[in-house]
Amino acid sequence: MDSITLIAMASIVTAGLTIALGSIGPALGEGRAVATALSSLAQQPDSATTITRTLFVGLAMIESIAIYCFVVSMILIFANPFWNHVIAQAAGK
Amino acid sequence: MRLSPDEMIFWQYGLFKLNGTIVFTWALMFVLAVGSKLITRKLSTGLERSRWQSLLEIVVTGIVKQIEDVGLRHPEKYIGFLGTLFLFVALASLCTIIPGYEPPTGSLSTTAALALCVLVAVPFFGIEEQGIGGYLKSYVEPTVIMLPFNIISELSRTLALAVRLFGNMMSGTMILAILLTITPFIFPIAMSVLGLLTGMVQAYIFSILAAVYIASATRVRKTLKYEPRPRGNTNG
Repeated sequence: MDSITLIAMASIVTAGLTIALGSIGPALGEGRAVATALSSLAQQPDSATTITRTLFVGLAMIESIAIYCFVVSMILIFANPFWNHVIAQAAGK
Repeated sequence: MRLSPDEMIFWQYGLFKLNGTIVFTWALMFVLAVGSKLITRKLSTGLERSRWQSLLEIVVTGIVKQIEDVGLRHPEKYIGFLGTLFLFVALASLCTIIPGYEPPTGSLSTTAALALCVLVAVPFFGIEEQGIGGYLKSYVEPTVIMLPFNIISELSRTLALAVRLFGNMMSGTMILAILLTITPFIFPIAMSVLGLLTGMVQAYIFSILAAVYIASATRVRKTLKYEPRPRGNTNG
C-alpha cells in the first residue's frame, strides 16, 4: 500500500472511532444532568428558572466535549493536514 | 464540501480576498447598527410606542436581567460588551433561514476573534473593578502553587469558547449539507429548525460564560473578605 491509501484509511477509521468513543461520555453525562435536573424540578418547581438556566449552561459545557470530538473527526476527513502534505508532495514530483 | 464560509470567495484582487465570512459579518454588523439606529431615532416615553421600540426594550431588559442573575451588580456597565456578543451570535444563527447565507460564526477565525475579545475583556473589567494588584492577586489564590493552573485555565477556556461555538455552527451546516444528499425533502427542514434552537442556545451560552468569567474576575476579593449569609429563602 502506498502512503496515500494508508493515510486515507487511518484518517477515516480514526474519524469514526473519535466520534463514536467521544460521544459515549457526554451522552452519559447529559443523561445524568437532565435526570438530576428533572428530579430537582419536581421537588422545587418554584426555582424552575434557575434550574433550567443552569441546566442549559451545563448541558452546553458537557456537549462541547462531544463537539470537540466532532471537530477533530471533521478535520480528519475534510481538512487533513497529512493528506494535504502527501498530495502536495505527489503533485510536486 | 466546504468546511467554513472562509472558502466561499466573492471577489479577489491579488492577495486581497473578500470571502463569505467577511461579507456576512459586515452585513450583520450593518443590520444591527443601522437597525438599532433607526429604532432609537424616535423613542417615546409615553404609553404610545412603536412595536420596534417594544421589541428592543424586551431584548435589552432581558439581557440586563440575565447579566444581573449571573451576579454582576452594575449590568449597564457590561451590557455594551455582553449584549453585543449575544446579539451578534444570535443574529448570525437566526439569519440561517435566509437562503444562500452561511453563518460567519461557522468559521474558526470569527469565533477565535470573539473569544479573544473575552480574553481581553476579563482582565480589563477585573482591573477596573479591583485595581491591578487586586486582579493579579487573584491568580495566586488560594496558594502560589495554583499560579500556572490559573493561567492555563484562562487560556484553555478561551480555546473552549472558540471551538465550542465554531463546532456547533459548523456541525449545523455540515449536517444539513450531508442530509441534503441523502434525504432531500422533509428531514433537512427539521434539522434546520433544530439548528435555529442550537444557535440561540449557543449565543446564550457564549454571552453567559463571558459574563461568568467577568463576574469571577471582578468579585474575588469581596467574597474572601466577608460573605453575609443570604436572608430568607433558606429552602433554596
